[in-house]
Amino acid sequence: MSSATSVSPPSVVDVQELTRSFGSRRALAGVSFNLRAGECLAVFGPNGAGKTTLLRVLAGLLSPTSGTATVSGIKLPGGADVRGKVGLISHHTMLYEALSPRENVSFAARLYRSPDIRQRVDDSLRRMSMLERADAPVRSLSRGMQQRVSIARAMVHGPQLVLADEPYSGLDESGARALTELLQDLRSSGTAIIIVTHNLPEGLALASSVAVMARGRFARYDASSNVDATSYSRLYREAISTGG
Amino acid sequence: MADILSDAWLIARKDLTIEFRTRSAFLSAVVFALLGLVIFYYSWDPTAIAVADLAPGVLWVIFTFSGLLGLHRSFGVEAADHAIDGLLASPVSRQSIFLGKAIANLVFVAAVQMIAIPALVVFYNLPLGNIAAPLIAIALLAAIGLVAVGTLFSAMAVNTRLAELLLPMLALPFFVPIVIGATQATAKLLSGRPVTEAGAWIKLLLAFDLVFVAACTIAYPFTIED
Repeated sequence: MSSATSVSPPSVVDVQELTRSFGSRRALAGVSFNLRAGECLAVFGPNGAGKTTLLRVLAGLLSPTSGTATVSGIKLPGGADVRGKVGLISHHTMLYEALSPRENVSFAARLYRSPDIRQRVDDSLRRMSMLERADAPVRSLSRGMQQRVSIARAMVHGPQLVLADEPYSGLDESGARALTELLQDLRSSGTAIIIVTHNLPEGLALASSVAVMARGRFARYDASSNVDATSYSRLYREAISTGG
Repeated sequence: MADILSDAWLIARKDLTIEFRTRSAFLSAVVFALLGLVIFYYSWDPTAIAVADLAPGVLWVIFTFSGLLGLHRSFGVEAADHAIDGLLASPVSRQSIFLGKAIANLVFVAAVQMIAIPALVVFYNLPLGNIAAPLIAIALLAAIGLVAVGTLFSAMAVNTRLAELLLPMLALPFFVPIVIGATQATAKLLSGRPVTEAGAWIKLLLAFDLVFVAACTIAYPFTIED
């Protein structure tokens, strides 16, 4: 007799009533969600809604004011253990302009103590179609190419959780397609992803759960990929019109 | 500890590679130091002030201000396109980041000194002779203290709108004890006194270095969160 038991993937992110204040201003006002390995949460919302703050807390760049957040079972703000499991993509490239793409990605790989650095660096750059320009100074690259290098940099250590803040910023059509394929592959291989974007179609196509954020909270949260894109578009526009 | 130091060296090597490629701050600091030497030289009346009385002050005023140029650049390269976020989100410790920056700054200041000290000796016809080694030791000890304090305040000032003004305003008061110790020790050597007479000032420099390096390494993580 065979038994077919489905084992749910392990929880990578668990956030409960998370708040973060800057002085008297509350950027996060009680956010809760859970994300398992291989899942992708797409977060939409107007500027100032708290999306970037949420990612910065999960990346270990900011401490929570209250509430709890764990990444791979480690409570935030964690130390090097938790930061080593996260890959951060931002609309800021976080690159050094005087260095080449290969040097930037290689520097990141060394910071994360990745094994087999040369191979990983080449693989990351190839994945984003940047291997041919790998030795040109970053300052000589277009904005879109710099963003591709930035994505390669964030992926080089094989993170368990990818935090992507407006990752499509500056990318042309082929760059956007390469990023979407990369994120889909990462999901398939068990990487959890949180993507913050204003691009609803791209976000909804990738996501297994969706949230619209406004005034530091999830105004709507659906832990399912079967969401109605039209209703989300309406909710998103309402959130923007009320100024987050 | 080995991990902290190896990560620090990785960060320092990256900063030095960037500075070697751009040479922006180094050239500015060297030109500033040499111009300072020339200006002091032509404003100096050798019949009124002995060279041994003037040279130590000139040397340390020049080092202090030329060093600030490099210290400002230290976290400036991280501010461009938020590269600092990439560092802070990585698993390296905050102490490694601070020490890496400080090591790169120390190499920067030492490189400026390697040009400025021989230039001072030539301009002011100083009898370097057997005081070269203790003078280098004093320069290195003072550089460590200046760099520790300057790196910390560079990290604090970089995200402010008045960073170039704020860094000297914050750092200079803390530079004073180091500059006094270095100037006094240098004066003893240049006036032909035995090295042992400068011993007390050298010990003072050493004490400041220990305190400043330890305090600034501990304080750095508190300067980086919004």
